[in-house]
Amino acid sequence: MSIVPVWTLILGAAVFFYVVLDGFDLGIGILYNFAKTRADRQAMMNSIAPIWDGNETWLVLGGLGLLAAFPVAFAIILPAVYFPILVMLLALVFRGVAFEFQFRDAEHRHAWDYAFSIGSAVATFAQGIVLGAFIQGFDVEGRHFVGGSFDCFTPFSLFTGLALMCGYSLLGACWLILKTEGALAEQARRWAMHAFLGTFAAVGVVSLWTPFIDPDIARRWFSWPNILFLSPVPLATAVTGFLWWRAVAKKMDAAPFFYAILLFSLAYLGIAISLFPMIVPHHFSLEQAASDPSTQIFLGVGTLFLLPIIFVYTGWSYWVFRGKVRGDIGYH
Amino acid sequence: MTLDPVILSRLQFGWVIAWHILLPAFTVGIASYIALLEGLYFFTGKEIYFRISSFWLRLFAIAFGMGVVTGVVMPFQFGTNWSRFSDITANIVSPLLAYEGLTAFTLEAGFLGVLLFGRKLVPPWAHFCSALLVAFGTLLSSFWILSTNSWMQTPTGYRMVDGRFVPVDWMAIVFNPSFPYRLAHTVDAFYVTTGFVVLAVGAWLIRKKEFAAEGKVMLTTTLTLLAVLVPLQILLGDMHGLNTLEYQPAKIAAIEAHWNREARAPLILFAIPDQAGETNRAAIEVPLLGSLILTHDINGVVPGLKDYPAKDRAPVIVPFFAFRIMVGLGLLMLALVALGWALRFGGRLFSSDWFLKTLIWCGPIGFLAVLAGWTTTEVGRQPWTVYGLLRTADSVTPSLTGRDVLISLTGYAVVYLIVYPVGVWFMARAMKRGPGDIVGPVGGGRPAGPVKAPPGMGAP
Repeated sequence: MSIVPVWTLILGAAVFFYVVLDGFDLGIGILYNFAKTRADRQAMMNSIAPIWDGNETWLVLGGLGLLAAFPVAFAIILPAVYFPILVMLLALVFRGVAFEFQFRDAEHRHAWDYAFSIGSAVATFAQGIVLGAFIQGFDVEGRHFVGGSFDCFTPFSLFTGLALMCGYSLLGACWLILKTEGALAEQARRWAMHAFLGTFAAVGVVSLWTPFIDPDIARRWFSWPNILFLSPVPLATAVTGFLWWRAVAKKMDAAPFFYAILLFSLAYLGIAISLFPMIVPHHFSLEQAASDPSTQIFLGVGTLFLLPIIFVYTGWSYWVFRGKVRGDIGYH
Repeated sequence: MTLDPVILSRLQFGWVIAWHILLPAFTVGIASYIALLEGLYFFTGKEIYFRISSFWLRLFAIAFGMGVVTGVVMPFQFGTNWSRFSDITANIVSPLLAYEGLTAFTLEAGFLGVLLFGRKLVPPWAHFCSALLVAFGTLLSSFWILSTNSWMQTPTGYRMVDGRFVPVDWMAIVFNPSFPYRLAHTVDAFYVTTGFVVLAVGAWLIRKKEFAAEGKVMLTTTLTLLAVLVPLQILLGDMHGLNTLEYQPAKIAAIEAHWNREARAPLILFAIPDQAGETNRAAIEVPLLGSLILTHDINGVVPGLKDYPAKDRAPVIVPFFAFRIMVGLGLLMLALVALGWALRFGGRLFSSDWFLKTLIWCGPIGFLAVLAGWTTTEVGRQPWTVYGLLRTADSVTPSLTGRDVLISLTGYAVVYLIVYPVGVWFMARAMKRGPGDIVGPVGGGRPAGPVKAPPGMGAP
């Protein structure tokens, strides 16, 4: 029996956790520069201070999970997105140290503010380019990427870069609605509405654009009877969008964040439907790219044992820091 | 001149890992030292241990944060620049790397928060246990990373299928022949490195007079530890050398700049190795000592570089000098520890200003030795990534051009040259504050940090 499906689920979950968890961190970084007062900025920082580095760890686990479970995909995709990955890593280094340094260094706080905000925005844009390039597919011969290192920059991938900036801003703004009060929460609602409109439009454009760049994807969605089975996905997206808007209009605290995650899940599901069962579009399926069964089992056993532990204390740390960020519990 | 993506990728990997390794070299050691201090505090109740532990926790927090962000960069290097290596070896090395991420994530990240910010939130025994678990987590990280590295040096437990490595025996893979020696030698190196940092800071505090009591405790505890750790390190290094002679004789030949296989070989103290001419210039040799050190037998046979085709030889000059720098620094450290003990017996340890000044200047000595040792082992195993089986030139990503890698290398160079000096500046500032504003364990004084008590749990 193959355990490839198990690894597909583990990896799919790890990437999704990363997107949602670091997504709202990075989104807050993007919105950070638009905050009006020092107190607002501090509250935004405080709302993610205890959790952001744990969130980023999912990036490492996702990357290593891809290497371990589907090594040839790792060996093709990473060279193909060489520069977006480089830019993302450098931006994450800057953002990470800026986060740690800004509260230790009051004299240069403005410089660290910029590093944090710009680092977050650039890292998000780069991740969006990776996503777009991945959907478009790569030039592959045998087991290697044979295109150029700049091939990944296309109008489509630049668009998905901007789309992800909207999406992460949406998550970040919804997190602020959940975690803050007063004027900042009001401000977050306005940010969230702008980001929502941008995200919703972007998801629509990407959904219509992908079938044009890839006839396989067009067939997957529009051939009979697929169109019947798959039509609930866009319909559910529309309904979720409506529920999101209503929740924000009614000034609910938690519901917008929940619906925003649901929107991300549906978009993620849409991409999965477009590409399944390929892990390198047009070249390698999940089964073909899988590592040796011995490798998958050796790591799978430990992963299935350790992941629940990670979930428990990640959940615990969110529980400990639950509730609204309070002004009197700051950095100093 | 054409830009070679292989050379540039090696420079890039060397650059990002050399900067990264400085952080574990400190955090592995200081995490154990903090656990020791927390234990001393827990069992003796003496507040000075608490103050010293809290002081080092501040520096640990900064170094740990930098270690995390520069560590995130590392696994991606395998994909972006070494995709052939990844494809060929992933079945073996990827679970080892992934286990590092999983176990370190579980232990360090889970209990670091409690260690840094939870002193008032959890009972003292729980805080002590957190310190132990964080220290254990850093050691577990070292375990997996060094297991991976050791397998690349002395591969076992595999078979080849379609030109790729496939696992046969996981025990043989994880506990490959060079792993126990490399693990012991590296972890002890990290401990010694940290020891000299603590000595320097302790000496600085004593000279500053304000926190002389804390400085004195730092000096005495650390000198006691180093009296064991430094001689042990020399012993471990010797055992590691014997292991390398058995499994990687070409590396030993390069380290010693021995061109001809010979019995009763001399020890070459200094020379300028001439790779093309297959000889040494300006050599200073001690007869027989080479065989004695390497084989523990005056008549022992020492391998020579000419046993191997020229294309299978490391660039001799690099491991030759890196090894000599490492050993020289090791002997210097041994001398400093011996001197410290002599002064301690004479009752003049805290009053010898010249010695305290020397200790301050020698604070970074362990980092230099770690870098030199790492250079010795990594350049010494060239031209292979998996020793004897996969060449470095065949490991690099085929689609990369020299220009691509030049751009990325420049990016890493610029960012690290900004981030590291700033990080060091922050650590220096935290050090200069001394343990002064650390208030007793009862009644406030949580170390300043990004996280404060959660709502509802702040008030005792």
